[in-house]
Amino acid sequence: MATQAHSSTNRRDFIFVATGAVAAVGAAATVWPLVNQMNPDASTLALASIEFDVGAIEVGQSVTILWRGLPVFVRHRTQAEIDEARAVPMSDLKDPATDESRTKEGHEQWLIMLANCTHLGCIPIGEAGEFDGWACPCHGSQFDTAGRIRKGPAPTNLVIPPYEFVSDTLVQIG
Amino acid sequence: MSEHSTYTPGNAVEKWLDERLPIIRFSKEHLMDFPTPKNLNYWWTFGAILVMCLGIQIVTGIILAMHYTPQVSMAFDSVEHIRRDVNGGRMIQSFHAVGASMFFAAVYIHIFRGMYFGSYKAPREILWILGVLIFLLMMATAFMGYVLPWGQMSGWAAQVITNIFSFIPVVGTPLLELLRGGFTVDNPTLNRFFSLHYLLPFVIAAVVALHIWALHVPGNNNPVGIDVKDKDRDTLPFHPYYTMKDAFGMVVFLIPFAWFAFFAPDILGHPDNYIQYNSQVTPAHIVPEWYFLPFYAILRAIDFNLLFINSGLLGVIFFGGSILILFLLPWLDTSKVRSGNFRPMFKWFYWIFVVNFIGLTYLGAQPADGIYVILSKICTAYYFLHFVLILPVLGRIETPKPLPTSISESVLGKSHA
Repeated sequence: MATQAHSSTNRRDFIFVATGAVAAVGAAATVWPLVNQMNPDASTLALASIEFDVGAIEVGQSVTILWRGLPVFVRHRTQAEIDEARAVPMSDLKDPATDESRTKEGHEQWLIMLANCTHLGCIPIGEAGEFDGWACPCHGSQFDTAGRIRKGPAPTNLVIPPYEFVSDTLVQIG
Repeated sequence: MSEHSTYTPGNAVEKWLDERLPIIRFSKEHLMDFPTPKNLNYWWTFGAILVMCLGIQIVTGIILAMHYTPQVSMAFDSVEHIRRDVNGGRMIQSFHAVGASMFFAAVYIHIFRGMYFGSYKAPREILWILGVLIFLLMMATAFMGYVLPWGQMSGWAAQVITNIFSFIPVVGTPLLELLRGGFTVDNPTLNRFFSLHYLLPFVIAAVVALHIWALHVPGNNNPVGIDVKDKDRDTLPFHPYYTMKDAFGMVVFLIPFAWFAFFAPDILGHPDNYIQYNSQVTPAHIVPEWYFLPFYAILRAIDFNLLFINSGLLGVIFFGGSILILFLLPWLDTSKVRSGNFRPMFKWFYWIFVVNFIGLTYLGAQPADGIYVILSKICTAYYFLHFVLILPVLGRIETPKPLPTSISESVLGKSHA
């Protein structure tokens, strides 16, 4: 009898734990849609890819376009700006990246990057700061002519979005 | 400290109710007869003032929600509609916006009161922790409420503060998109902030109830920081003594409140918030509301990497840590004496801390360059040193002054004791 009582206790323990486990999985499965509804919806995701003709931008001119609701800087750099960016030794950079790695081969004059500062997301002002690039007035981050962080609290360079040149002047972003 | 009242139901209805829901007995015990130290000064009145502030925010907020539209193309105009067209709307909107500032002014006084008189020390640690939790909830609520008018400061506040989450390793970016409901701050963000801004005050009210519950178990601390020894000699019933004192305090508090609300409703805000939000242009100088400036200064002060932690994550750690460290205060302060009145060295460091905190407030409002960056770093370092070094060491090396033997003795003077 003692053995039987012992084994029935075990079965009860098993059922207890199994029920709890099923309940926990069920609760997690119920919570997920309640959290997931907060993720970007279909209408937001639909704006994933855009095309933009950079041909009308003069040398030394910048434009800001919108991609996924995010502002994107497109700058037609001057030769002086490109030279300046390339002359910077990697050891001077907080987030080392060559100027070549931040542009497309054969299109080095076009610098295309997300406008939001990598610190807290403000939009830096162009042709400003000590490095002739961009300067964020909010928190003091300064970027050079390749959009690399040079001074201030931003941890990384301005982000290059995924893009490619579909023709000489037509860019597809996203 | 709480004890059973002498309440006896006065009539058949009260007796019937008392056996089913003893709410009258509860009110009598906790709102009227509750034994309260007889020496509480006016700094203690801010507890009641804060309850009033929460009430004002909830009532005015419910009314504003009847006229506000949480939609990016209409939000800005709907706030102007409230201020210009809705009957009495200018007044109600002012009460709500100014009320937030007054709420924070009162809560800072309440917190600094607790820090001076050692109200966080045993046996009131849970009371203190619930208080810090309320402070955090207030900050979240105020931040989301500030976003709703969808002006340039509003939208960029949302942008900058949600961006903090992007620095969390691995999950940062997906979490940021989850919180914003998009790749940037947009309509889904505004909608959910409105929903949560409406919800959180009720959560605050619930935690306030716990805060008062945790207060009523050990009873109030008091300016001399010693325990009640003789209930009859050391305490007074809460009503009418403190209800009347608190009512007077509330009236005095409402004078500057009314001045701001009626004569300068916008003086505490920023003019840039009268420009509708534009996701492509940041205002030249982003500043939060005054009550967030000290923590904002700490966030901005961190512009350097430490080991493998980049400046972004490090800023978040210091920013969050500056508030979360308050949770540990009961254990960081090693002194056995509660009240700062009897701690000669603590008194000095307390006031240096207050000045440093005001300094951080000032620096948070200044542009992030030159001397301000250096000063911000110094003040940030001192803020943390106060908690992790000065307080633990002070408790060990300081010789406190002799404490009075009882609350009534300290009130009446030795000759009457």
